[in-house]
Amino acid sequence: AATPAMADKGFYTSEDKTPFKDVARYNNFYEFGTDKGDPARYADALTVDPWSVMVEGEVGKPGTYALEDLLKGIDLEERIYRLRCVEAWSMVIPWIGIPLHKLLAKVEPTSKAKYVEFTALYRPEEMRGQRSRFSTIDWPYVEGLRMDEAMNPLTLMATGLYGQELPKQNGAPFRLVVPWKYGFKSIKSIVKVRLTEKQPATTWQQLAPQEYGFYANVNPNVDHPRWSQKYERRLPNSLFDPNRIKTRMFNGYEAQVAHLYKGMNLRRYY
Amino acid sequence: MGWQKPLLFSLCLLPLGWLVGQAVGSDLGPDPAKSLVLFTGSWALNFLLLTLLVSPARQWLKRPGLIRYRRMLGLFAFFYASLHAFCVATYILGWDWGILQEELRERPYMLVGFLAWLTLVPLALTSNRFSVRRLGRRWGILHRLVYATLLLTLLHLFWLVRSDMAEALVYGVLGGVLLLWRWRNSRFFSRLDRKIFNK
Repeated sequence: AATPAMADKGFYTSEDKTPFKDVARYNNFYEFGTDKGDPARYADALTVDPWSVMVEGEVGKPGTYALEDLLKGIDLEERIYRLRCVEAWSMVIPWIGIPLHKLLAKVEPTSKAKYVEFTALYRPEEMRGQRSRFSTIDWPYVEGLRMDEAMNPLTLMATGLYGQELPKQNGAPFRLVVPWKYGFKSIKSIVKVRLTEKQPATTWQQLAPQEYGFYANVNPNVDHPRWSQKYERRLPNSLFDPNRIKTRMFNGYEAQVAHLYKGMNLRRYY
Repeated sequence: MGWQKPLLFSLCLLPLGWLVGQAVGSDLGPDPAKSLVLFTGSWALNFLLLTLLVSPARQWLKRPGLIRYRRMLGLFAFFYASLHAFCVATYILGWDWGILQEELRERPYMLVGFLAWLTLVPLALTSNRFSVRRLGRRWGILHRLVYATLLLTLLHLFWLVRSDMAEALVYGVLGGVLLLWRWRNSRFFSRLDRKIFNK
């Protein structure tokens, strides 16, 4: 149940939730195609059971874990988060998952661990977008966080939404959710978690560094070079009401995360 | 004549009809604003290409009479481009003058798209019989502006690509073929031909 304390932590919002059918039918998951209907159309081909996750790098307990072993002993929580896509649309989604810091505690990061790098599944025989000859993405998809971002209580490893298992098109069985960053940071269908000393080379940042930074914090004051980030369309919208709302600093999670970036030039580190 | 033009006119209205049908049935998905913008934009470009296809088609099919359908196709390109511009202004910019100015200044693809629409305005205004007669030879020169429309539209499209080039490439190739055909047919080319091959 939602309590005022949860709202203070940013774990809960009373804003209207985006209906399940929209969350599950309209999203980006380029592994299945670039149209926002493609994930729901083609993700059926994906096998999510069994699923194992490699844990590597600066950790005391590296290894290949079966997903259920990795999650064992950690309570699932519900978090209702805003999700802001870099393309200027947004949703409100009730996720189910575990905080990343609890998972990291389990694998014991060493003192050298400064970043967490996540790698998504590469399986072209099941993911038709990876077979596309026109895609400019160098698979697999890679994302990353700074250690303090990864340890923030808001950072979630989701395994479900709307009280049920994650639909395949939403990144089953195991995905990241970082609500104060643009959606592309929240990498889906993760097979590898690597702790590193150096900042990981992430997919979009490598593809178009002038457009997508490593941090990718939601920030209405720093525009994407090709479009403004001052407003967003909260979905669903209708023809008579585009539902345009002002985008908030850190997607409205300023109280929870602003301290992570104190003294940083957010125009330079976008 | 007789039934062909009304038939073509109805066909040209099909995309709009489809759109209205989807809108009434709320089938445009959770972001109908975006769907409308994309759909009207694609059809503006489709009609622009169809308009430019008329001249080569007359030659390839040996049907010079096809010329009488060109004006309608061109006007439909203008119609869908205007709908596209209207949807962008409504759903993306919210008719906010400040945002519009900022976007035009800072977003090259937006400026290029706006210019592409702008080049269609004089063409639509002078598409009537009266203007054709009055402008005489100058009409043909003015209407070469459509090549600028095509190039600006393709640039607008390429600038919007995030990672999948397929659609933009298909349009680019189609546009390129239509331009190449004209280049081959230009007087400049035939003169060059004669010079080189001593015809």
